[in-house]
Amino acid sequence: MSANTPVIELRNVDKSFGPIDVLHEISLKVRAGEVLCLLGDNGAGKSTLIKTLAGVHAPTRGEILVDGQPITFDGPRDAQDRGIATVHQFGGTYPLMSIGRNFFLGMEPTKGFGPFKVFDRAKANRIAVEEVQKMGITRITDGDRLVGGLSGGERQSLAIARAVYFGARVLILDEPTAALGVKQAAHVLRIVNEAKKRGLAVIFITHQVMHAMTVGDHFAVLIRGAIAADFRKGEKTREEITDLMAGGETMADLEASIEGYMETHEGHPPKVNTAD
Amino acid sequence: MATQTSSGSGGFSIGDLIRRPETGSLIGFIVVYVFFASLGGAVFLGAPGWSSWLNIAAEVGIIALPVGLLMISGEFDLSVGSVVPASSMTAALLCGHYGLPSIFGIAGGLTVGLAVGFVNGLIVTRTTIPSLIATIGTMFAVMGLTLGMAVLIKGSTSVSYVPDATTKALLGTFINGMFNVSIFWWIGFVAVYFFFLHFSPLGSWVFALGGDKESARNAGIPTNKLTISLFMASGFGAAFVGVAQVMTYQSAQVAGGQSFIFNSIMCVVIGGVLLTGGAGSVIGIVLGTMTFAVVNQGIFFAALDPNIGSIIIGALLLAAVLSNDSFRALAMNYASKKK
Repeated sequence: MSANTPVIELRNVDKSFGPIDVLHEISLKVRAGEVLCLLGDNGAGKSTLIKTLAGVHAPTRGEILVDGQPITFDGPRDAQDRGIATVHQFGGTYPLMSIGRNFFLGMEPTKGFGPFKVFDRAKANRIAVEEVQKMGITRITDGDRLVGGLSGGERQSLAIARAVYFGARVLILDEPTAALGVKQAAHVLRIVNEAKKRGLAVIFITHQVMHAMTVGDHFAVLIRGAIAADFRKGEKTREEITDLMAGGETMADLEASIEGYMETHEGHPPKVNTAD
Repeated sequence: MATQTSSGSGGFSIGDLIRRPETGSLIGFIVVYVFFASLGGAVFLGAPGWSSWLNIAAEVGIIALPVGLLMISGEFDLSVGSVVPASSMTAALLCGHYGLPSIFGIAGGLTVGLAVGFVNGLIVTRTTIPSLIATIGTMFAVMGLTLGMAVLIKGSTSVSYVPDATTKALLGTFINGMFNVSIFWWIGFVAVYFFFLHFSPLGSWVFALGGDKESARNAGIPTNKLTISLFMASGFGAAFVGVAQVMTYQSAQVAGGQSFIFNSIMCVVIGGVLLTGGAGSVIGIVLGTMTFAVVNQGIFFAALDPNIGSIIIGALLLAAVLSNDSFRALAMNYASKKK
């Protein structure tokens, strides 16, 4: 495995739910230490794509490669074991649970033996606080505090810190900044950069072009379940990207042309030159 | 700031106490107990008083514990109301009618509870029917089946069975002629559920399930299995009470479990469990059950009109939900205020 092999790659992935085709021939690759920004409007198929990457859905056609090896995920847990972690919009955290329990959910540290294994609260709290502080959130000092008392940005950071701690190599961030204020969002973006510096492959899903431009190395625009544009940092201006995403003329043109193309090409979307 | 109380260092502070979700339930219990103690006098404070409300608390409590866990996980179980008579009828038919040893009756009754719970769990996890509706459905189905089977086999809506001495001693005796042995079973169940929810690693899963099912599933928690198991636990709890009733009263009736539906849910809510799931505690459920039982029995000792008891229970329920919300808000804000 060379250093240049993508950590995760999709090749011509289709996903259908019964008669409804949601994803069309998606090809993507992300390398270690790289941030791929996935841009797209609501209903573009972003969440289906995320769930396919996270092992929740199996692709109908096409293949997923991890470190260049084709694999099939047996479920979200399997994807996690292979180092693919997803952090959802609200952090996937539980407001009425303590920070320590949230951090270790599904991977609880235990002490004792046999049927009397107990949740090791002290250890969980200590590690959770340490890891979150490493990510630059110094306000969290007590692992017994409820997550509900944290700000949106802190919850995201907690979830990202959790993924990093559990050995994530691919971090899928589903609109982490969508519900946040400017300051909080900046915080999350710093943490995305921190994750990138640690050599994680990051897939960053967002609406906000500014946020995408701040951290992204590589961009893909998703429209109607197909990749409509794929380019690297610096290849398009902010205005062009905004136009693509936010439903300007370009967006309408693209939609029409994709639909027209698919009608005349047996449902295949147009080929897009993949930026490498 | 030197507020670093992490790493589970012990110690006691008012702040921590107020943040406990059980605080509201504890205050409620004390208020209610003092109220009835002042009206009921020495009899209520003595063994007769304690035994009468503890007997009620034990019966409801054995069902309220798993029902409460289900509510923490975001589901309701109303079918317990017909599982109680169904399991007691099963036990009475197997032993009283067919003359099998009591162990078969106990096993048969408990199996009925587990089976109904399993069906509930399957319906809730495999379909999109909300558990409230699904378990009303199974409640009526089980009620009809119980009546049908009893009439078909025995030709009557009540079946009697006189248990052997050991079974009677274990499940249906009154210690000192006052304290039902089920109080000890209740304490046992409390210990098991307390360990499961608050100490075992699986406890967090129940909270996560009720907090956000989708994220729990994404975190790798087997949500369907967990939901089905919790429904089976509540079926088991209801069946246990049903079987214990046969051993205590030596007969099984087709009807008569309906009161458990609302009573168990009230105990749980008074005990501070969030109706939408995600929060609650075993201690809270126990306190809620005790509060309910004190009101339920205190009325007779205080020589009040029984209808007043219903009014008090209703008011308590509303007060409990209100105070739970306030305590929860307090717990959430506590962290952010302490900058």
